[in-house]
Amino acid sequence: MSLLIYAESAEGKFKKVAFELASYAKKVAETLGTTVTAVTVNISDVSELAKYGVDKILKVNNDKLAGFTAKAYADVIKQAAQKEGAKVVLLSSTTDSIYLSSLVAVALEAGFASNVVGLPVSTSPFQVKRNAFSNKAFNITEINTAIKVLGLAKNSYGIFENAGSATEEDFNPTIDENDFGVKVASVEKGSGKVSIADADIVVSGGRGLKGPENWGLIENLASVLGAATACSKPVSDLGWRPHSEHVGQTGKPVATNLYIAIGISGAIQHIAGINSSKVKVVINSDPEAPFFKVADYGIVGDAFDIVPQLTEKLKAFKAQHS
Amino acid sequence: MKILVCISHVPDTTSKINFSNGDSEFDTNGVQYVINPNDEFGLTRAIWFQEQQGANVTVVNVGGPDTEPTLRKALAIGANEAIRVNANPTDGFFVAKQLAEVIKNGGYDLVIAGKESLDYNGGMVPGMIAGILGSNFLNSCTAITVEGNNVNAVREIDGGKETVNTTLPLIIGGQKGLVEEKDLRIPNMRGIMTARTKALTILEPVDAPVNTKAVKFEKPAPKSAVKLVAADNLDELINLLHNEAKVI
Ligand SMILES: Cc1cc2nc3c(=O)[nH]c(=O)nc-3n(C[C@H](O)[C@H](O)[C@H](O)COP(=O)(O)OP(=O)(O)OC[C@H]3O[C@@H](n4cnc5c(N)ncnc54)[C@H](O)[C@@H]3O)c2cc1C
Repeated sequence: MSLLIYAESAEGKFKKVAFELASYAKKVAETLGTTVTAVTVNISDVSELAKYGVDKILKVNNDKLAGFTAKAYADVIKQAAQKEGAKVVLLSSTTDSIYLSSLVAVALEAGFASNVVGLPVSTSPFQVKRNAFSNKAFNITEINTAIKVLGLAKNSYGIFENAGSATEEDFNPTIDENDFGVKVASVEKGSGKVSIADADIVVSGGRGLKGPENWGLIENLASVLGAATACSKPVSDLGWRPHSEHVGQTGKPVATNLYIAIGISGAIQHIAGINSSKVKVVINSDPEAPFFKVADYGIVGDAFDIVPQLTEKLKAFKAQHS
Repeated sequence: MKILVCISHVPDTTSKINFSNGDSEFDTNGVQYVINPNDEFGLTRAIWFQEQQGANVTVVNVGGPDTEPTLRKALAIGANEAIRVNANPTDGFFVAKQLAEVIKNGGYDLVIAGKESLDYNGGMVPGMIAGILGSNFLNSCTAITVEGNNVNAVREIDGGKETVNTTLPLIIGGQKGLVEEKDLRIPNMRGIMTARTKALTILEPVDAPVNTKAVKFEKPAPKSAVKLVAADNLDELINLLHNEAKVI
């Protein structure tokens, strides 16, 4: 028995979530008195995983898996879990990993807990803490099956080095043609821009910015910080910004290190989606805006004055600290 | 085309979240229930298929009798019929198992669920149904068209989107984008009247293992008060973000 993680990658490189998952897995494995095995898909140099405590790496290399196909990937993870006799399978909470997690759980007849935050509350019975009610509460879930699948909430644990050495092994799971019923025709990615899912910092604008012509304010600040840009729901409903930037309970979730809200009132549905961000800053002209109740730092004032000044000052700060 | 739309009955997004019975149960006191927003986008797209392509739309919920007003609302919006599986939706797999049974017996071509429900946020039901039935599955689906058996759809991915081709039978986890916000429908009087006469079938659940159970709930620790920084002292904000919060 060991603990299995799927170390997610894109374009031949591990995603940051893979290192967070490995760090988390190491700690859980210690509690359970076992080791961490990672399964990787089409990565030639996997050595980086060893830095975060992975003991064994199953390397899958197969051209059929060149593009992400949820069913086929889920099948690979299932076979890896069976080969290793894994009792706990850990997955991330990226869009792709969420897509395949439930398939893995059903295939392994495993109980599945998604949105897990923190280490297991107890290992016997096996209980984990999960985000629920759109970050307004936590739910302690007990998993009663022999095999357990956990989805770790993004940015909820952190990345910790735990240098060791990992053995590497080529793994050739059976690839089932029936797993390719959904075929990708084309992929569109915003080029050169940080995505909300991957960003450490998100700069978000609301209706207080008055119109799409003022978004230069948000973009300039974001570019100085290497941040992704986001917006409140009405801003995307009004067509000022694309829907892909809508964050909140009915939009994208944000769990970043720093979330800067500009001209956003802080409605309950907005906060629900961004509340797992570690540090929140609000800039709003109305001192009564509800966002001030959930923010760590706040500035009361006119965004049109403050944001350009802040951008200039951060530029100088960055120049000094790089 | 036979479409099944899975409807989750969830607290309105403005609800205060409290727990009762020693923090072991969600406190429904004073809570208004609505159609889960992700499911509402899916339902509206299903009605589009009904109106434009003659599809037949059934809505289904796994829940107690208290969820019937939510199903009636879906009927008032335009669904042809409703099914309620009479059981407490204890965990994602239990619900998926019930829905898979309904799908098997009903011969649905397209199953539209929401990519997650806004109460437990599990995000697992559509994928589990697909896992149980072995059908094609697309999650985070933001657009879908069907011609004959062929499906063209869009999936949101981190940082972009991908267009996919697949075939029926298909299960999707849907979200905003399936229709625009402005296309969501509020039931009108005629809809509400006809909904009363539409069939709402009650089915008893099939056996399913109890894989997981919610044993307790907790509320987040109260937050410390915001630190206000004067608008003419932006250096202080940078200092705090750098030295105290350590995020820049
Ligand atoms: C079912 C449902 C789901 C929803 N889901 C979401 C969701 O996922 N995400 C979301 O964001 N919303 C969601 N909403 C909408 C939400 O209720 C609010 O309406 C929305 O978040 C408000 O957006 P806003 O803060 O940009 O606009 P407003 O509430 O209009 O706030 C604008 C703010 O800008 C400030 N302001 C104005 N001028 C300036 C200035 N010059 N400088 C600085 N500040 C200024 C104002 O003081 C005000 O606080 C949902 C609503 C419902 C009913």
